[in-house]
Amino acid sequence: MTTFTTVTVVGASLAGLHAARGLRSLGYDGRLVVVGEERHRPYDRPPLSKEFLTGDGDPGEGPGGLALTDPEEEAELDAEWLLGVRAEALDTAAGEIRLTGGRALRTDGVVIATGATPRTLPLPRLDGVHTLRTLDDATRLRAALRAGAARVVVIGAGFIGAEVASSCAALGLDVTVVEAAPLPLVPQLGEEMARVCAGLHARGGATLLCGTGVEGLRGSGRVTGVELTDGRVLPADVVVVGVGVRPVTGWLEGSGLALDDGVRCDAGCVTALPNVVAVGDVARLAQPGTVRTVRAEHWTSGMLQGAVAARNLLAGSTVEPFEALPYFWSDQYGARIQYAGRRAPGDSVRIVEGDPADGGGFLAVYERGGISTAALGIDRPRPFMRLRRELARAPQPAGR
Amino acid sequence: MIPVCRIEDLPEGESLRVEAGDATAAIAVFHTDGAFYAIDDTCSHQDASLSEGWLEGCYVECPLHAALFDLRSGEPTCLPARKPVRTHAVTVVDGMLYVHPAVRTVPGEPVHAAPEEAVA
Ligand SMILES: Cc1cc2nc3c(=O)[nH]c(=O)nc-3n(C[C@H](O)[C@H](O)[C@H](O)COP(=O)(O)OP(=O)(O)OC[C@H]3O[C@@H](n4cnc5c(N)ncnc54)[C@H](O)[C@@H]3O)c2cc1C
Ligand code: FES
Repeated sequence: MTTFTTVTVVGASLAGLHAARGLRSLGYDGRLVVVGEERHRPYDRPPLSKEFLTGDGDPGEGPGGLALTDPEEEAELDAEWLLGVRAEALDTAAGEIRLTGGRALRTDGVVIATGATPRTLPLPRLDGVHTLRTLDDATRLRAALRAGAARVVVIGAGFIGAEVASSCAALGLDVTVVEAAPLPLVPQLGEEMARVCAGLHARGGATLLCGTGVEGLRGSGRVTGVELTDGRVLPADVVVVGVGVRPVTGWLEGSGLALDDGVRCDAGCVTALPNVVAVGDVARLAQPGTVRTVRAEHWTSGMLQGAVAARNLLAGSTVEPFEALPYFWSDQYGARIQYAGRRAPGDSVRIVEGDPADGGGFLAVYERGGISTAALGIDRPRPFMRLRRELARAPQPAGR
Repeated sequence: MIPVCRIEDLPEGESLRVEAGDATAAIAVFHTDGAFYAIDDTCSHQDASLSEGWLEGCYVECPLHAALFDLRSGEPTCLPARKPVRTHAVTVVDGMLYVHPAVRTVPGEPVHAAPEEAVA
């Protein structure tokens, strides 16, 4: 067991909060500091592309119902919250984190939980162009969608893009989704199931244009349209760019930590330094028994890694690897999509319930060599959950 | 009092969602461990239907983020849910199952959803 005087969690969101909770519940009673660039207390992001955009009433200032903590729990956590403060650098030799304004924070334990930030396209800065990651982003987008916008173009048909498009359609707006790949979500779901999910856009009244990139934007000051690489121009009042995220590691340049599309750590979230762990969207974990590494961008991994990392940090080395089966969900056009498992290219898909063709929901299992590798359900929460549990218990094909 | 179904139509291990009318939110009714239980159908965390959750003894696991609720008290036993869901009384009259939507319950003072006579 390592004894720390101060543990600092950098990133005041899902994974950081769960690490802080984990530390306290494992008996860490030293100084606990949480540094967060956003001015808000931790809040839940998944609703930002869904209910938050479509909901009635005034969402008000601050996280409101999206808050991940309440005053009672915050009192129990007994942490110092430095909100609206950015960590600028980590000096592992000196045991210091440099904060905005040059202030230095001495710390002997560090939890890196800085998450991810939207990728951008080389486009001119125009009003009416949005990305969506934070509550402030969502508040701006929500207002823009209600300020008389009629035509929305969403660039990127990944999960966030599809959810935003779905919310816009629910608000009665005219929505077009532009996707550079011939079909969205193929890496995540495989071609067959990706095609089914792509079909949801049409069902929800949105237009999906695949296989075309974005050439540029029209408008001066304010966006008026999107120019596609195939020459078409889509008129737009609001443009949402949803082309994926990149992990926030800039502040760790020069720290000596291995950075490779995320912070490299072992299977238990521990970096090369036993007193520095990484959790959530920013963490790239080793996969035991393989040469591969994985970085998840899912809510459940973020939540669960916090607890695992807390234990390993206090233990001084990895005593518990993070082994949870990957799981995510998405709500689009009234359909609830749930996926769990580790699909690899080439796995076959078998429909075990329902029929993707009739639009009423179904359950599919991915298989390799007779072994189930993953499950996908649309509007089948109960049997999906059963499969998810079976998958979590079942042996996985070698190397997954 | 809302009629749910005949007891033989809700076998052990099964659940049902009942619309309780405009004034009350939908209610989930469960038959597990030899008793009937009723709780609010909507998870206290986000928008998921607990009647579609996984039953394990006197607990139901939310189908979205796997928070576990004690059917006897409505209290969550693990994150991400932090608030309880309301519990509702269940009775059986002449083989017919009824729920009695609770107006309000005091957290920590569970309403017993399955009085003795309700055990099928
Ligand atoms: C709109 C939206 C919808 C989503 N929907 C789903 C869904 O349906 N299902 C699902 O499974 N997942 C979903 N996700 C993904 C899920 O929300 C993320 O996986 C989760 O938020 C990751 O948590 P995290 O704590 O690792 O990172 P984040 O939530 O990104 O938090 C990182 C925090 O660190 C702060 N930070 C960054 N750099 C610094 C610094 N240098 N100093 C101080 N603070 C810093 C950031 O400001 C941020 O608050 C969604 C995400 C978004 C944005
Ligand atoms: S909606 Fe039930 S745990 Fe999140």
